[in-house]
Amino acid sequence: MTTQEENTNEAPLVCCKCDKTLVKEQVTATYLGNEFPIELWKCPGCGVVYVPESLATGKMLRVEQALEDK
Amino acid sequence: MDGQRVRQWEAQCIQEQLPACSAACPVHVDARKMARSIAKGDFGTALKTFQHSITLPRIISHICDHPCQQACRRNEAGDPVNIGALERAAVAFGGNVASLRRFGTRPHSVAIVGGGISGVAATLDLAVKGYTVELFESAPNLLPRLRSASEGVLPSSAIDADLASLAHLGAVLHSRASVTHNDGETSLCALLQRFSAVYLAIGAEGELTRFLEAPLTIDPVTYTTNVPRLFAGGSMRYGSARYSPITSFQDGRYAALSIDRFLQGASLTASRELQGSQESHLYTDITPFEPLPQVAAADAGIGYTREEAQKEADRCFPCSCMECVKVCEYLKEYRSYPKRYVREIYNNLCIVMGVRNGNRMINSCSLCGLCQQVCPEKMSMAEVCLDARQTMVATKKMPVSAHEFALRDMAFSTGDAFATARHQPGFQESAWLFFPGCQLSASSPEHVQSCYQLLCEIRKGGVGLMLNCCGAPALWAGRKELFEEHCASLKQIWRQMGQPKVIVACSSCFRTLKENSSEVPIDSLWPHLNSKEAIKLRPQFAGRPYAIHDPCSTRGVSEVEDSVRGLLQRMGVQGKELNPRGQTTCCGYGGLARFANPELTDKTVRRRAKQSEADYITYCAMCRDSFARQGKRAVHLLDMVFEGQGKDPAARPDPGFSRRQENRARLKSHLLEELWGEKSEVSMPELIFQISEAVRQVMERRMILESDVRKTIEAAERSGQKFKLPNGHFLATHCPASVTYWVEYTPGANGACEIYNAYSHRMQVR
Repeated sequence: MTTQEENTNEAPLVCCKCDKTLVKEQVTATYLGNEFPIELWKCPGCGVVYVPESLATGKMLRVEQALEDK
Repeated sequence: MDGQRVRQWEAQCIQEQLPACSAACPVHVDARKMARSIAKGDFGTALKTFQHSITLPRIISHICDHPCQQACRRNEAGDPVNIGALERAAVAFGGNVASLRRFGTRPHSVAIVGGGISGVAATLDLAVKGYTVELFESAPNLLPRLRSASEGVLPSSAIDADLASLAHLGAVLHSRASVTHNDGETSLCALLQRFSAVYLAIGAEGELTRFLEAPLTIDPVTYTTNVPRLFAGGSMRYGSARYSPITSFQDGRYAALSIDRFLQGASLTASRELQGSQESHLYTDITPFEPLPQVAAADAGIGYTREEAQKEADRCFPCSCMECVKVCEYLKEYRSYPKRYVREIYNNLCIVMGVRNGNRMINSCSLCGLCQQVCPEKMSMAEVCLDARQTMVATKKMPVSAHEFALRDMAFSTGDAFATARHQPGFQESAWLFFPGCQLSASSPEHVQSCYQLLCEIRKGGVGLMLNCCGAPALWAGRKELFEEHCASLKQIWRQMGQPKVIVACSSCFRTLKENSSEVPIDSLWPHLNSKEAIKLRPQFAGRPYAIHDPCSTRGVSEVEDSVRGLLQRMGVQGKELNPRGQTTCCGYGGLARFANPELTDKTVRRRAKQSEADYITYCAMCRDSFARQGKRAVHLLDMVFEGQGKDPAARPDPGFSRRQENRARLKSHLLEELWGEKSEVSMPELIFQISEAVRQVMERRMILESDVRKTIEAAERSGQKFKLPNGHFLATHCPASVTYWVEYTPGANGACEIYNAYSHRMQVR
């Protein structure tokens, strides 16, 4: 799974707890025992990852459904 | 899922049974397929189809006695399709007749005695299979009987062209060769010595005594005789009373099959059930077809022109059952029919490694059982799909997201927020127990209270109230264990209440409880509301035209359907019937189909909604709300009983998932307080929302509840863990269990949050 191009153009978000701007980082998406490396925005402080709506309701949803049918 | 049961289901679906024409034909010419090709002007394919069963296409097309035409179902709507003439047209306009080819060489040789249709047909089949075949005919030419026919009936050119195959295949012909019993080189005894097998087809007038001392007996299926290695058939088998060219042809082909099996040491009797002329088991509803006369050929001597043949072929319906597919959007969606679906579903369950593409299909059936209702063989796809779901759950192959939301909703209804059971205020026991169900309580909580108060007035001995879920979502999700546990807990409560008679308001509850709790006496609410005692309590309700939509779960239950009509009549409401009684359709809620396939359930509801312009009257909260979601005006029967028409209940929107849960919780606390004087312990949430209708619809589609949104914001505000978006909004995330929620919001004045968006995913990201 790769990050959707549109997300890379978004202005970076700020983590309110750490007061830090999110940075792009390689993270791991996991579902039903399957792992996928993916580049997403992440807080360098607390490490919380931002999952954009387009990804959650698009490719991520399709991959989830495909894995559930495996 | 049991393999044996799968085969039974497959056998129950008759869609693949031979149509009447093919079944009646001794060699099962696919006349239906041929007619479809001709109707499209594709004579080449029609000829191929004909040749698939007929090795003497020119001859048979001219002189066949076509038992297919007597069987043709067009007989019941005009004249039978002129299949004989269509066969001639296929031969005339189908291009080159493909010649027969020999496949390999077999070591055995076979003698055929008699050069009639039967003998020639056997010779051709055995030669094609690679045997050395010698054909003995006493006359100077083959097919002497057919050669006596006039040119108009059977042109000699047709005979010669078909017989050319014999020489082409290398069959050896002996004309003017009389075969006798035991005299000389061509005696039957000599042939039986020289050849591995002999087929005797000397016609009804053939002098058997020339051959045999004892009478010959012929097996009508295998064509074996009481003489070893001697096979026999043709009109000498079926008699001289009626000469049937196609029966003689059949005998030759099936005898050749037996000889081939005999020489290969295979079973002569295996898989011959479908051999020969038989009755069709394919149901075909011919009522939609207007009677049409047969197309007459302008020149009867020549036969049909292309155009005439096309026109005649177009009179073929064609025969087909599809009764269930016609009435069900789900069965239509996957473009096939139950026999195929059963196999697909079974194969899907058997996949060990790889993608189970059939999961969604299995979960898209509403389990309403209309298919079984209309099926001539009473085959039920609901049974298949439910069995498949239970198998998927048992083998841990049910997609986790398929029914999770619906089961969470069920858990809400069986939990403290909604579930309760009380005796009527002032009573220590209950003769009756009102069970409104979770969906009526979710959609019209005020009617639950009205009904309960009415029942308390008209039923003696104490009317208890039980708020709970019947367990249908667990049943439909294939969660057998969860369902059985829940049934047991409901029965436990019922026993604690003193085993009262249960009155249920919801059709799904009625069916679920009745089918799974046989010891519990279950009544539908409607006969009670239609009783003498209740009449004086109901207002008049008249006006707009209405049509009645019966819920599928009490389809055909006359005590329910009749009471509803009785009640409507007493209120002066004329309700038009939407379908023959007992054939109502599902609104799409059944079987949790909506959660697996919302697009399909939308189609199902729209199809039903379009059946009449009138407002629909229904008596299931889910049906009513399904129609409301599609913009179809629909009232619940209780709207009519308790509200009157002033409020226009048909325009009431679907409350949506969140409001449904809230309504249930409020109903419980309201009733406990008002009727039992118990102060509610339900604390109302502090967080107040502003959600626009557009965002609410997005949440509904994504199955995100307001309570999910609330928990997400509360968690963010508590921990401070949230993102600030470039537009100034906050974005909170929360993963209480398997689903991660994201909510875009701004905290407003007085703690009222404005919600801009919500979405979710199941993947964990780190």
